[in-house]
Amino acid sequence: MIECKNITKEYNNALGSIPILKGLTFKIEDGEFVAIIGPSGSGKSTLMNILGALDTPSSGEYLLDAKNISDFSDDDLAVIRNKKIGFVFQSFNLLARSTVMRNVTLPLIYGEYSKEERERIARKSLADAGLDEKYYYNLSNQLSGGQMQRVAIARALVNNPSLILADEPTGNLDTKTGEIVLSTFGALNREQHHTIILITHEKEVAEHADRIISIRDGNIIDDYKVRG
Amino acid sequence: MKNIDLFEEISSALLANKARSGLTILGIVIGIASVIAMIAIGEGSKSNIESSIQSLGSNLIMVSPGKQRGMGVQVSQGRGSAQTLTKDDAEAIGSEVSNVKDVAPEVSSRYQVIAKGNNTNTSIIGTTASYAGIKNVEIASGYFFTEQQSSGMARVAVIGPTVRDDLFGEDVDPIGQKIKINKIEFQVIGLTVEKGGTGFNNADNAIYIPLAVAQQYFTGGEYVTTINVQAVDQDSMTAVQEEVTALLLKRHNITDSASADFSIMNQADIVQTASSVTSTFTMLLGAVASISLVVGGIGIMNMMLTTVTERTKEIGLRKAIGAKRKDINNQFLGEAIMLTFIGGIVGVSLGWGIAVIAHQFGGIATKVSTESIVLAFGVSGAIGIIFGYYPASRASKLNPIECLRYE
Repeated sequence: MIECKNITKEYNNALGSIPILKGLTFKIEDGEFVAIIGPSGSGKSTLMNILGALDTPSSGEYLLDAKNISDFSDDDLAVIRNKKIGFVFQSFNLLARSTVMRNVTLPLIYGEYSKEERERIARKSLADAGLDEKYYYNLSNQLSGGQMQRVAIARALVNNPSLILADEPTGNLDTKTGEIVLSTFGALNREQHHTIILITHEKEVAEHADRIISIRDGNIIDDYKVRG
Repeated sequence: MKNIDLFEEISSALLANKARSGLTILGIVIGIASVIAMIAIGEGSKSNIESSIQSLGSNLIMVSPGKQRGMGVQVSQGRGSAQTLTKDDAEAIGSEVSNVKDVAPEVSSRYQVIAKGNNTNTSIIGTTASYAGIKNVEIASGYFFTEQQSSGMARVAVIGPTVRDDLFGEDVDPIGQKIKINKIEFQVIGLTVEKGGTGFNNADNAIYIPLAVAQQYFTGGEYVTTINVQAVDQDSMTAVQEEVTALLLKRHNITDSASADFSIMNQADIVQTASSVTSTFTMLLGAVASISLVVGGIGIMNMMLTTVTERTKEIGLRKAIGAKRKDINNQFLGEAIMLTFIGGIVGVSLGWGIAVIAHQFGGIATKVSTESIVLAFGVSGAIGIIFGYYPASRASKLNPIECLRYE
């Protein structure tokens, strides 16, 4: 479960401090599929960084599984990311010269799993993400965009995270492939009850989620259920 | 991250860019190889010089006429030098100084030697029978002249292998042949074993004749050019040297040791002087070679900095999925150390190879010491750590958010 209590974030530059997030408070229950939508400059990327434990808020509390991680050190945050969070990026961020298997097992390497265990878990995740088994030992840069994003989803799934964060996952894909990727997220949410947060600026993409949180100028302007 | 996984990560990262890794390694290889080869050549010539000095006798003290001079100056002296030492001095040393095993006075000078129409210019050493024992002169065939022959003015000669080659040709038995030294006829009675020395003190290019004969026919007078004194063992060298000095000062009626009319040198001094010269030479060679090692190290740093910049996005991803600072730091430091380690192994082998080839085909004495290998490995490891440290720590401190945004 995720809980944000009056989260703010400001950046300092030469002209003084610029507030990006102006006190956000919301809750996301386990098993929800939420989209955070907002135009560029709204602060949604900053919010994603905080939710993804890549950054800490300037003030307020961020509770991930009832633990306040707002003032964790870099290395403690790294452990949180490794155990509890799975990222899916717009530009896939796969290691180009490595095999699909190596890419997917990478979080488990940092989690110090044995080689056999890594492969067993990775195979299951790849199957869940819907990648054909014949590609498992291909180099990742030989795959199509849709396949790459499936590999990235599998990589996000391997550590069985409390939260999957997808940052514009369809941004680099054509509409049809994007639809397939989004329905994969839907299936993972419905069938395996993964908590998924989808960050996007497109309303059509956001509507694949069950709930939409709309952000503008660092404030929540809307929070409603699409279905369910 | 487990060590085995770290090793895999490092290997695959280096293999991903073979050409660049290879060239960086080459820089280290050249550095290490030149250090190893240069030190091997230096050490080789050092041990060569030491052993050739040692082969001229052990526990040896040499007394020469003339004023005290600095160490390491030319040992043998020609006829022009001061005539202050005599055969009687030598005999006095033998009878009055304790711990002396043997004494051999000698006069030496160069003369033209003729045999069967061949002629050569070589050094003629007039000495006593004890010379062979003191100076390690070994006989290949025939014998060294005896005490009786020495005192009985027998005109016999023992020749070195180089002289034999020059006068009679190689592999010819010279025993019983007649030679003429400065127009005076001698009979060859012995041939010495080859020692392989070089330069002015080449023991192979010499003819040994009885002292009294040399004094009568060539130098005239009682004086000698060197008195060789052999101490009974290494420990008594200093005492013997002091006693000889005191005795000779007394015999020559000199009270102030600073104005002594002779000089004493022991073999240890000569070896030390020669080694200190070659050590300087070795250090110089090593220093020049190590410059290339430093350049190789800078090459590593350069490559690592480029790699870190190039792989910024990868670093961001690794951090996002749970890599700690330590993991990132170890990976990049590990890559640098791996490069230098491989460079070290190849460099040592190559340096060794160069030393062997220089010895086989160039006739240069070489000696690859364990120390130089350990040193080279230590230095290459240190270079990996020193030059890899900065790029690695820079990588580990990068902000994951900025890395992920990096294009």
